[in-house]
Amino acid sequence: MARFLVRRLLLLLPVMLGILVVTFVLVRLIPGDPCKSMLGERATEEKCNAFRERFGLNDPIPVQFVRYAGNVAQGDFGVSIKNGRPVTDVLAERLPMTMELTLFAMLFASVFGIALGVISAVRHNTAVDVGAMIFANIGVSMPVFWLGLILAYVFALALKGTPLQLPPSGRLTAGTDLPSLLKVWGMEDAQGLQRFVVLFISNSVLLNSLIQSKFDVFVDALRHLILPAVAVGTISLAIIARMTRGALLDALTQDYVRVARAKGLTERLVILKHALRNALVPIVTIIGLQIGGLLSGAVLTETVFSLPGVGTQIVDAITARDYPVVQAFTVLIAVIFVVVNLIVDLSYAYLNPRIRVS
Amino acid sequence: MRESIPAPGMGATAREASRLRVQSPFARTMRRLLHNRSAQIGLAIISLLVLVAIFADAIAPYAYDQQIRQSGLRRRSPPCIHLLGCDSNKPQLIMGLDGNFRDLFSRVVYGSRLSLQIGFLTTGAAILIGTLLGAAAGYAGGWADNVIMRAMDVLLAFPSLLLAIAIVSVLGPGLINTLLAVAIVSIPIYARVVRSSVLSVKEMDYIAASRALGASPLRILFVRVLPNALTPVIVVGTLGIATAILDAAGLSFLGLGAQPPTPEWGLMLGEERNSVFNAPHLVFFPGIAIMVTVLGFNLLGDGLRDALDPRRKA
Repeated sequence: MARFLVRRLLLLLPVMLGILVVTFVLVRLIPGDPCKSMLGERATEEKCNAFRERFGLNDPIPVQFVRYAGNVAQGDFGVSIKNGRPVTDVLAERLPMTMELTLFAMLFASVFGIALGVISAVRHNTAVDVGAMIFANIGVSMPVFWLGLILAYVFALALKGTPLQLPPSGRLTAGTDLPSLLKVWGMEDAQGLQRFVVLFISNSVLLNSLIQSKFDVFVDALRHLILPAVAVGTISLAIIARMTRGALLDALTQDYVRVARAKGLTERLVILKHALRNALVPIVTIIGLQIGGLLSGAVLTETVFSLPGVGTQIVDAITARDYPVVQAFTVLIAVIFVVVNLIVDLSYAYLNPRIRVS
Repeated sequence: MRESIPAPGMGATAREASRLRVQSPFARTMRRLLHNRSAQIGLAIISLLVLVAIFADAIAPYAYDQQIRQSGLRRRSPPCIHLLGCDSNKPQLIMGLDGNFRDLFSRVVYGSRLSLQIGFLTTGAAILIGTLLGAAAGYAGGWADNVIMRAMDVLLAFPSLLLAIAIVSVLGPGLINTLLAVAIVSIPIYARVVRSSVLSVKEMDYIAASRALGASPLRILFVRVLPNALTPVIVVGTLGIATAILDAAGLSFLGLGAQPPTPEWGLMLGEERNSVFNAPHLVFFPGIAIMVTVLGFNLLGDGLRDALDPRRKA
């Protein structure tokens, strides 16, 4: 296992370097002059030169890349060209929103996906099974952003006045007060990692409201998260349901299931303890593989629900040609994606020893 | 209980005989495909869409960019169908008017052309390039394999839509650039599939025989290996068309893809997303169109996978 782990980690290095190169090159290729887009079309050549000098844009590209890679390795993503703030601050502000959304979507997709898959497999070839699989087929075919809009329409307008009414946009109800933890803890001067961590926790509205014991804010934040999470998670839910159904149906034909039944175990025990546990390997894998789709879905859904997350930030930064911000977010998302995939691979190897050997 | 026991009569023998009749692999696959429920529904949906796309001029009552200005018609008027009791003095608008006084139904109908083109073009391009890369990597092996596949790994390290967004921001917004971006991000999938398929095919005896007969490596690759290694690509490609249509619609939704007044479904949704509360029909119908199209290709892909699965050789 240790050797497998080391080999996988070493294989990660070229991919990480590749991610840095691709992002760096892509961002340099974005047409237009960042100076003109920041200082305005009428900025003088003198001003532009000073601007480029300040952000190191006058140096040769390879020099810029080495400096950039070195800085990234130290956790320094530079400052935003648009508003002069450290990019790490922007990351700490936007990332929690997207992570909360992705985690909730994943939770929703896994719980309901596995449940639906199990019900389908147990009721194999009945109306319930057919209905669930029709739902799953439609679920994988829905555009996330469209589902988001439809959910917003149904739960904010059609169900207005009922207990099911849910807010269609924003992170919190306008006017809700949730002070930053930097202020609460008197850490406004904090720097480096400490500042990043505190900012990150502070901007995770769910964590922050719990820490400050503002439970009404917590509930409000949760209610704002439901519709986007359902929209983002539905495709994955459908995929997980199909995979669970298939894996469980496979497992139910195995000899150990027959043995378990012959022992006189209840059907419930046979399915949950014997069949499902063995079917979990492919299910866990498919859940891990969903993370990319969930992140992409989050980008689209944040736009629909006007949520201040990574997606809306990337689109803004691209329009403003804010190089450092685009770079930082793209690199970070790719790294998260790669690391999650690695964890999935490792868990797969842990669960299935044959993988380790090959 | 007698009826439930299969009687070994003439019927069963005839069935047995027809099963034993020699069938070409293609005929066998087609037969299995046409008997598959998913594939049937998928094919029906896609055929319908192709027909709509071909006869769009005849089906759509208005041009996709024609403004219908008439007294009594408001911007974003809801649907008006005479059969369902709508005032017959008003023009019939099956899906209502959009924010620019255009007939939404006509725009959705013309949109089918675009979506099918997007799906086929991007997937075709991605398959072509991905197949060449994957075949080269799998057949050559060694450092070429390493370089190509590590590059593919890097592309796969980005969530596909995000990479597509980044590429479009480099190339500039527009339909063609969206097609390019969506094609580029799907190349690695095909490269991987073809590579693994080539790896297994190239160990076959008939390849060794071909080599012994003095065939050139290129001839072996293109004439002997590739045709036998492409089966999985058919399945992945069909499912890939669905993803390509979804991704392109997503980019257009963000304003990075097709530009107005193009009747692209994602763009139509993006343009009207703020009117979802007062004119839900403008959001509802284009979304349904995307969903049905994607569903068609997903179902056909699933059916193809079942039909081509060697484990199901009944």
